[in-house]
Amino acid sequence: QLFFSFFKTLVGKEVIIELKNDLSICGTLHSVDQYLNMKLLDISVTDQDRFPHMLSVKNCFIRGSVVRYVHLPSEHVDTQLLQDATRKEIASNKK
Amino acid sequence: LVFSVRIPRMAVNLSDPYLPGAISLFEQLDKHLIVVLRDGRKLIGYLRSIDQFANLVLDEVVERTYIQKYYSEISHGILLIRGENVVLAGELDDSIETGQIKVSIDELNRIEQSLEQSNNDVQGGSSSKNDLPLDEPY
Repeated sequence: QLFFSFFKTLVGKEVIIELKNDLSICGTLHSVDQYLNMKLLDISVTDQDRFPHMLSVKNCFIRGSVVRYVHLPSEHVDTQLLQDATRKEIASNKK
Repeated sequence: LVFSVRIPRMAVNLSDPYLPGAISLFEQLDKHLIVVLRDGRKLIGYLRSIDQFANLVLDEVVERTYIQKYYSEISHGILLIRGENVVLAGELDDSIETGQIKVSIDELNRIEQSLEQSNNDVQGGSSSKNDLPLDEPY
């Protein structure tokens, strides 16, 4: 639930999603759901155009289970806020 | 199905009990999509149905195999894809010219073989791992 809320704050920002199959996709975060599935708009395949099938694709839905990393712009991430939210979440989980 | 829309971005209200895991796909219904599977296959078809596990029903499906700028297609009709095998589902923009060339399956196999041969010649036995590992099963 915490990261779902966290990603909701990043909607509209540009992120790079690195998948477990080594594909890296740069795009604007359009939406996210509780499974951390994400939809990216205006994508471009970073690193490799080893992936020719992505040439005609401008938007895509990415299943949360295949994500390895989400690269975030540091200016949009408040680590203090994240830490505080984490502590609260742990506290509320313990109850 | 209740949406709460915040302009300009569509922010869907996810307290709705329907489709909690596939709401982004809801907008892709009846669109021409390319679905990449965990085993590396690329399936192209029209999205007809979804559920919360991202199980998909695709219509007029072709399975496309790429070797560099060449590709070949195999028809499959209507497919139900189990959601756990889906890596991504991308909206295909048919207006984009890719410069890719469609060939027959036999032709594609021949291209693949000739590539492997030339790689073997250059590297003295070990084949280059350029295109194929990307399709490695995940």
